[in-house]
Amino acid sequence: MSIEAPERPGRVEDLYPSEQEYIGHLGRRLRKAAVFRLFCLAMLSIAVLALATLLYTIINDSFGLVAIVNENDPEGIVAGLGHDPEEVGLENLEYDELVGLLEGTVSSGVGRRLERDQRFYEDRLVFESDATWAEICTSDAPPSGCTLGPRGQSDILALVFERVVVPDVIATYELIPSLFSPEVFEEEVAAAFEAGRFPDHTPDQAAIEWRSWFNPTFLTTPQNSTPEIAGIRTAIIGSAWLVVITLLFAVPVGVGAAIYLVEYAKPSRLNDFIQTNINNLAGVPSIIYGMLGLAIFVRVLEPFTSGAIFTDGVPPSDNGRTVIAAGLTLGLLTLPVVIISAQEALKSVPNSLRHAGLALGATRWQTVRSQILPVALPGILTGTILAVARAVGETAPLILVGAASFITTDPTGPFSKFTALPIQIFQWTSFPQQEFRHIAAAASLALLLLLLTLNAAAVILRNRYSRRAE
Amino acid sequence: MATEERALQQSGGQQTFKRRPRPGELAIRGFLFFCGVLSIATTLGIVYELGKESLLFFQDDRVSIGEFFTTTIWQPQAGGFGIWPLVLGTLYISFIAMLVAVPIGLAAAIYLSEYASNRVRGFLKPVLEVLVGIPTVVYGFFALTFMTPLLRSLLGSNVVGFFNVLSAGIVIGILIVPLISSLAEDALRAVPDSLRQAAYALGASKLEVSTRVVVPAALSGIAAGFVVAMSRAVGETMVVTLASGASPRNFMLGEDSLFSYILNPFQGAQAMTGYVAITANGDLGYNTIDYNSIFAIGLTLFFMTLGLNSLSRRFVRRFRQVYE
Repeated sequence: MSIEAPERPGRVEDLYPSEQEYIGHLGRRLRKAAVFRLFCLAMLSIAVLALATLLYTIINDSFGLVAIVNENDPEGIVAGLGHDPEEVGLENLEYDELVGLLEGTVSSGVGRRLERDQRFYEDRLVFESDATWAEICTSDAPPSGCTLGPRGQSDILALVFERVVVPDVIATYELIPSLFSPEVFEEEVAAAFEAGRFPDHTPDQAAIEWRSWFNPTFLTTPQNSTPEIAGIRTAIIGSAWLVVITLLFAVPVGVGAAIYLVEYAKPSRLNDFIQTNINNLAGVPSIIYGMLGLAIFVRVLEPFTSGAIFTDGVPPSDNGRTVIAAGLTLGLLTLPVVIISAQEALKSVPNSLRHAGLALGATRWQTVRSQILPVALPGILTGTILAVARAVGETAPLILVGAASFITTDPTGPFSKFTALPIQIFQWTSFPQQEFRHIAAAASLALLLLLLTLNAAAVILRNRYSRRAE
Repeated sequence: MATEERALQQSGGQQTFKRRPRPGELAIRGFLFFCGVLSIATTLGIVYELGKESLLFFQDDRVSIGEFFTTTIWQPQAGGFGIWPLVLGTLYISFIAMLVAVPIGLAAAIYLSEYASNRVRGFLKPVLEVLVGIPTVVYGFFALTFMTPLLRSLLGSNVVGFFNVLSAGIVIGILIVPLISSLAEDALRAVPDSLRQAAYALGASKLEVSTRVVVPAALSGIAAGFVVAMSRAVGETMVVTLASGASPRNFMLGEDSLFSYILNPFQGAQAMTGYVAITANGDLGYNTIDYNSIFAIGLTLFFMTLGLNSLSRRFVRRFRQVYE
């Protein structure tokens, strides 16, 4: 910065305002300053307000009134089995009674299909004859029911709701209007009936009730094409698999690269290039990592990512669009972030520790392993958790590597097809029906709670670390 | 003395300071170096794969590289392969996003660095950081279920389409506010206090100190933040895919009206990232022209963001030279 000499005016008084002028200006200048301060505060408030509105939108859509029509009333079903509907609900029924209900309602074709997906009893079959069962189980492509254990109580209950009760949400309402003007919703439903929008039902069949779209059943049931009974268990397990693979890849490689750059690398052209390159990679859009994953992990490494090289016969998946391909893609994506945060953590370790270690005759690696890493570990962990939190929410790369949106079975290993939470949100958001909007909101809520937990873990780690450093 | 003698005896009477070969140490060093080099491999992988598939794309009879960069119709089914409609979508949405994010982000940064007490900053900074942590698909949901209906009810649903550039732009603007505000705040706080005190001593008001002394002094740091935010907006995928529609805004310069069609913010326009995401969603067959086309667009996008990122680093370096 250079300082240029101002052009000299003829007299010094010309340069500055007179006292009267100064006082005359003062009020205006201070008013302007106050307005500017308010403007800055207002802009900041807009940002905070945007966050509040976003959370409001999600919560508003996650709860609310619904008008529901059951094909078969649960109370009637329970009464039909000789129980008192006042005391016994569907969820209190015995496993056998539930299977009996299912047997009495669904067609034998549907029943056989359900049984092939998963059996009802360990020792006997409900829909299929023993002979056919033995035959299909010895065929080339046996269905999953041959190897899986029998269904559980919650699973059969969900099936009964899906196949026997058949609930149909015909209209929904959001949280805030549901709280303050529930009667408007009732009028709307009644008007819709009068207008003949629900020709299959009569108004007295419809029950208006509260529904929390975000509920324990939602978290524990698999994906379904009917929004009323769809859940996100498959997606949560898929996301968990992705986190595990991302961590297994990105942490050792990322921390290794950071140690190399901070502890070993001397300033050279190559090392400078590595550093610049890492900074550049951190700014590459995530969708481009998705393309890399599609081209390398899904396509070129298909024999590996489909699991074909590990089995002689039928590979676990028919192509490379699997958990491991997506996990490695997310691993590459988080790598620069992990490296940069691990570098920061290593750089903050005082040099005296290095000197002390080396002066005692320890080798460089011995110094790093027993002196520097333990001190830098909390910082590295914090950075890693934040990087993983970012990876959990990534959607674009998963779309590119082909996460399937409609998968109803849980992923069983790194070579399974999978879906993930953000993919579900994306898919459900893009459907036009109201009900999908509500479950998209509920899934967003689940994702945000997951991220909140991860971030809270990072904050707790950071606080504990900074207390120890004091 | 005793230990020294023993050491001398062990080394055969002669004290050697030669390094003992340590294969373990070397192997570890090799592994760490490999980890560092892997990042270069990633970059090479990106450039190689994107380049290879783009080359296949341009070798196709239906496509020519000149047409790709000069024509303004993107219609893969009808053989129209001009990238400009997609670039228009991307740049227009990013422009609206910057229009929203620059005033909010900069003003928020000035407030946090020049006005706010430590307690207020301690509360507000984490709130802004939360905005960065929210997944972009949730922002997409927000754009579609809150911002678009809001715009349609404010401006009329016959004016504003269900998919529109404005909604996507505003929401991406919200998403990049924290990037601008945190980088700008760092730059503002790095300005030496002596500059502020000198200005106050001359009788300047807080506004004058902020806008005429501190902001100009931190300008390259602030500009770096703007560029980083722009790069993020250009590469943003989920919001544009969900809120800005799936049809490119094909146009003919000179024939179509500039303001009521080409630059109409109330109708949808597919962005580059949106095209890639929608084309790749589902089972996309390899070696098809659709498959190759997403890589050609990806390569263009890669160079756009690379250019923006290098620009921002240049700004940062200039800023550091002044104050460090």
